[in-house]
Amino acid sequence: MDAVRGLAKTMFEDGYRFLTMSAVDLGDESLDLLYHYDKDLDLKHYRLTVKKGQAVPSVSPVYFCALLIENEIRDQFGVTFSDIVLDFGGTLYLEDDVRTSPFCKMSVTQIKKEG
Amino acid sequence: MARTILPFGPQHPVLPEPLHLKLTLEDEIVVEAVPALGYVHRGLEKLCEVRDYKQMIQIVERVCGICSCLHALCYCEGIEQMMGVEVPPRARFLRLVWGELHRMHSHLLWLGLFADAFGFESLFMQCWRIRERVMDIMEATCGNRVIVSVNVVGGVRRDLDAGQCAWILEQLAIVEKDLKQIQSTILSDYTVCSRTKGKGVLPKEQALQLGAVGPMLRGSGWAQDARQTGYSAFGEIDFEPVVEQDGDSYARCVVRFREVLQSIDLIRQGIAKLPAGDLVAKAKGMPDGEATTRVEQPRGELFYYIKGNGTKNLDRVRIRTPTFANVPPLLAILPGLELADVPVVVLSIDPCISCTER
Repeated sequence: MDAVRGLAKTMFEDGYRFLTMSAVDLGDESLDLLYHYDKDLDLKHYRLTVKKGQAVPSVSPVYFCALLIENEIRDQFGVTFSDIVLDFGGTLYLEDDVRTSPFCKMSVTQIKKEG
Repeated sequence: MARTILPFGPQHPVLPEPLHLKLTLEDEIVVEAVPALGYVHRGLEKLCEVRDYKQMIQIVERVCGICSCLHALCYCEGIEQMMGVEVPPRARFLRLVWGELHRMHSHLLWLGLFADAFGFESLFMQCWRIRERVMDIMEATCGNRVIVSVNVVGGVRRDLDAGQCAWILEQLAIVEKDLKQIQSTILSDYTVCSRTKGKGVLPKEQALQLGAVGPMLRGSGWAQDARQTGYSAFGEIDFEPVVEQDGDSYARCVVRFREVLQSIDLIRQGIAKLPAGDLVAKAKGMPDGEATTRVEQPRGELFYYIKGNGTKNLDRVRIRTPTFANVPPLLAILPGLELADVPVVVLSIDPCISCTER
């Protein structure tokens, strides 16, 4: 898990462009997060399997452009990203009062703690 | 100095679609921009679970009407990759022809809107007048002006006969002549230059680091274009990306204008080399496994990740559209601009919110 940001730093230093991420619901209690990078039209893909509800280190401190897709995945799949440079808190697309993750086959319900 | 927060959009005269930017200003200078999306999000990717993989072609065509042909092409290439379908050569060349027609009409649409953004109404009118002829070609060859719906898994559903090819070439000669007539206005008119040169500069290194794509990337000096990967029939014709160095709104405008002329050349090459043969290869079985594909949309690189499970429904269709990639670079180029330049610079990325909010 911690290697995600280290890998992003390596890719950044090697001149790779951050293409995007894809999230795939595996149907059980886990999700695949795919990181897609590109250099001179050569694609590289890395896969991270995470449990639903588990926090993942954000790569946005390395690749600023990752902030949008990470916020989108938060909205759609309920994955939280730690240290994201601009956190919409699950409201990039969704309204404040939505607590489910619409792209999950079995949805993650996010509970806001009081206080 | 006291800061003012100004909402730009979601309804704004230069924006055909709703995009909201929260601009923080010091006097008239932008110091920060934060986007707000979600006004028209449709969740189309999720429909792959209830529509079969062939019906999904009609869905992805409706992600964005303006570049519908290229969405369908990218999706079909992904499915073909998963199912091991070899597309007939004639179909690959026909895909190239319709894809480039789409690029032409999209860029001309944008050139008109861009001119309108800085008050150049007659240039707006001329660009859209020229665009009409491209729309006529699509209507005559596909039966529709925008959503041409020619791509199917394994090939194309329509053909061009010799008479139609000759007529397209005649029409393109007129389009080219018309474009040459407005070329000096677009490239050197005082109004165009004063409103675009040096505005919204995206330096070369930053363009790559911020994940810019399409004319945004090529306008900053990078010769990167998904057509270089040789998808469709691009591997069999002469193609070099159009590149400009300055990284400003003017450079992005020049890239798009030159790409319209380039598309005419690519269509001519495609028609000249159009081989005889079948239009579609039969796909057997159901899509299984994973595939990634990308094509060059008018606004930049379009990326699809598709996952099948051996049934008629797909597990996942993930669409990364070019405007989605160009929003972070936009946030980086807005600070430092005068408020009056913001609409032109926002439009210079050719924002497509329909694409962004799939």
